[in-house]
Formats: sequence, C-alpha cells, structure tokens
Amino acid sequence: MSDLLFYLLAGLAVVSGFLVVLNPLSRSPVTSAMFLVATMVCLAGLFLLLHAYFLAAVQILIYAGAVMVLFLFVIMMLDLKEEQRQRFSRWRVPLAVGAALFFLAGLAGPLGRAKALSAATGTAVEGHTAPLGQLLLSTYVLPFEVVSAILLVAMVGVVLLSKKESK
Amino acid sequence: MMPVGLAHYLVVSAVLFTLGLIGVLARRNLLLVYMSLELMLNAANLALAAFSRFNDQLDGQIMVFFIITVAAAEVAVGLALIVALCRQRRITRLDELTYLKL
Repeated sequence: MSDLLFYLLAGLAVVSGFLVVLNPLSRSPVTSAMFLVATMVCLAGLFLLLHAYFLAAVQILIYAGAVMVLFLFVIMMLDLKEEQRQRFSRWRVPLAVGAALFFLAGLAGPLGRAKALSAATGTAVEGHTAPLGQLLLSTYVLPFEVVSAILLVAMVGVVLLSKKESK
Repeated sequence: MMPVGLAHYLVVSAVLFTLGLIGVLARRNLLLVYMSLELMLNAANLALAAFSRFNDQLDGQIMVFFIITVAAAEVAVGLALIVALCRQRRITRLDELTYLKL
C-alpha cells in the first residue's frame, strides 16, 4: 500500500516538477506556480511516507502556504505579461541539458551504492514533533538561535528593500 | 516490483533536482528561475529526509527544518529584490541584467 502511494506521489511530483520548468500548454507564470504548489504537496506526502510527520506539516504550512502565496502575490503585483516568443534563451538550452546529463551521470555511482545500502530498512526513526524539538533545543540549539537571527535580518532587509526611496 | 527503499527516494530527488537545474540554467524569466531554485531546494530536502529515515537518525530531519527556514528567508529577500528591480528598471528577464557590464 505504502509502496503504491510512493509511486503515485513520486510520479505526480516529477510530472508537476516538469510542468513547472516547461509547460507546453501554458506560458503564464501563474500556472508554473500552481504546479510548484502541487510538487510541494506531493513532497509533503513523501515526507509522511518517510515518517517525517513534523516536516510534512511544516512543508505544507511554509512552502505550500507562505512561500507560494508570496510568489503568487509578486506575480500578480508585477503583472507579468505572458511570455513572448522565447521562453528559453537559445544558446543556454544545450548548456542546461548538458549540465543536467553531467550531473545525473555523476550521481549514478552514489545511487548504485545507495541501492546496496537500502537493504537495511529504517524503522526506528519517527519524526514526531517531540523528539525533533528535543534535538533542536539540545544538540542543535546554537544553529536554532542563528536561524532566528537570520529570520530577523531577512525581515529587516526585506522591509528596507521594499521601502520606496524618498529623497 | 522491489520494495521502496533509499534508492527510490534518491532517484526521485535527483530527477527533481535536475529539473530545477535545467530551469535555473535555461529559463529567462526571473521569477521562474527563482521557482526552479525552490524546486532544487525541495529535492535536496527529500534526499535528506530519506537519508534520515534509512540511517535511523533524526539529524537529517533537523537539517531539513533548517533548510526550510533559511529558504523561507531567502525567498522573502529574493522576491523583494525582484520587486525592486522591476519597479526601478522594469526588468523581468535575466538577460536584461547587464548593469555590471562596462
């Protein structure tokens, strides 16, 4: 059952990920954003299958919720026109495909080794909120605080950036 | 069909990452490049969560948590930059960004 769910979610994630990058039917950025939401939701499902319950919730709340709303908001605010004739810069397409193939070829070796490793099926780890929180506030307490500083700095920076300059 | 293991998740993650890579390198629209970037981050998150599960350690999930937080901050700053660019110079495409050229 969970195997079936995995194949379903993984297929959906890959297909909608493809439609984010290259959508043959629509040229509007809003469509891409919507398919990105679909990808995020599928990934949240995959997190559930990996027993990372807290991460699945965070993925839905932050990515599918906050981040994508921000994206849609900016798309609407900038009022982007449907893209004209060229969506891809011409000479960069072969470069991109070449880089992608190179990257996949580089990954083939590690993936082969992972296949051997996956015989050991993990069962012990359950990503509930409580164990994650304990780890976050004991071992990882310094990175946790640093991240809060990053959020504050980002907020100040965004306010500064989006303020209209008055001279 | 073999039971779903670490390799399956890694393959999905690699495919998503590659799609994002192609998007970042080939698309011209600034916002779509940014979305592809998010796709790549998510692919990395999936790989980390899978490693965490199959190595019986919670640390990978902590890493994903941090990545999601930093990505949210990064999206906010990046979108603010894009809005500023758009407002001041009417730029929405990457190849129009040539102000550092002499």
